[in-house]
Amino acid sequence: MMRAMWMSALMLALFGCGEKSQSQADARKSGDQQAFQGANDPFVTKGWTAGNKTEWERHMRERTQNQNEYVRIGGN
Amino acid sequence: MARMKFICDAERCIECNACVTACKNENEVPWGVNRRRVVTINDGLVGQEKSISVACMHCSDAPCMAVCPVDCFYRTDEGVVLHDKDICIGCGYCSYACPFGAPQFPSNGSFGLRGKMDKCTFCAGGPEENGSKAEFEKYGRNRIAEGKLPACAEMCSTKALLGGDGDVVADIFRDRVVHRGKGSEVWGWGTAYGNLPNPKAKPAPEKKS
Repeated sequence: MMRAMWMSALMLALFGCGEKSQSQADARKSGDQQAFQGANDPFVTKGWTAGNKTEWERHMRERTQNQNEYVRIGGN
Repeated sequence: MARMKFICDAERCIECNACVTACKNENEVPWGVNRRRVVTINDGLVGQEKSISVACMHCSDAPCMAVCPVDCFYRTDEGVVLHDKDICIGCGYCSYACPFGAPQFPSNGSFGLRGKMDKCTFCAGGPEENGSKAEFEKYGRNRIAEGKLPACAEMCSTKALLGGDGDVVADIFRDRVVHRGKGSEVWGWGTAYGNLPNPKAKPAPEKKS
């Protein structure tokens, strides 16, 4: 009896030490639409199809590289 | 895709505040709320002044997320830390937990009533429908869903502020450092925790009172 009580007290104490996982794999969506689904406004850029994750990722990588002068001006 | 990240190159930032203006304009951020700020370190010391643009760093292990009593934060697939204003109670815990001062609170009325938290969204909006009016009014533009990068980074005239896929951004920065032969030391532990300007210099002995 005492042992069971100690075990449950220990479990309760350990439960209080828990922390919610923040790893990317456990990302909570909270009903948010994924970015690659596109936006419902007239400002969406060309060069990718809304809903196609691969195309969106490629487009974003290309756009990010526009910040790199060594690529933009084509010189090294 | 890796996590979306910002990095500010202190060797390039000229303290023009274009990133701050771009953010304010793009997201129609209210008066008194600064999602992005330019911070100058070693201000007034000739040759040692460095400026960096600071906003939410979308931490991989976000302290704001850990302390929120109503669990209003969430992380997108791209690693962007966002929050739900319908759940936020404006308690301010996140502002104490954040090492970058990212959470901002609009104050209204005679008694400085604190509103719900507002912060940089990496121009990724919020939980409402992408590109909807409701999303814009609460969180600002969702440029990521439009296939764009955050306005602050894209508007930066010297490209000091870089934003995007963490791996690509790190490659761009590394490329720069290799070309100019310096600069990696201005961002990192040394800056965060205080390097001595002269490595041989020793701190002054403590005065006994």
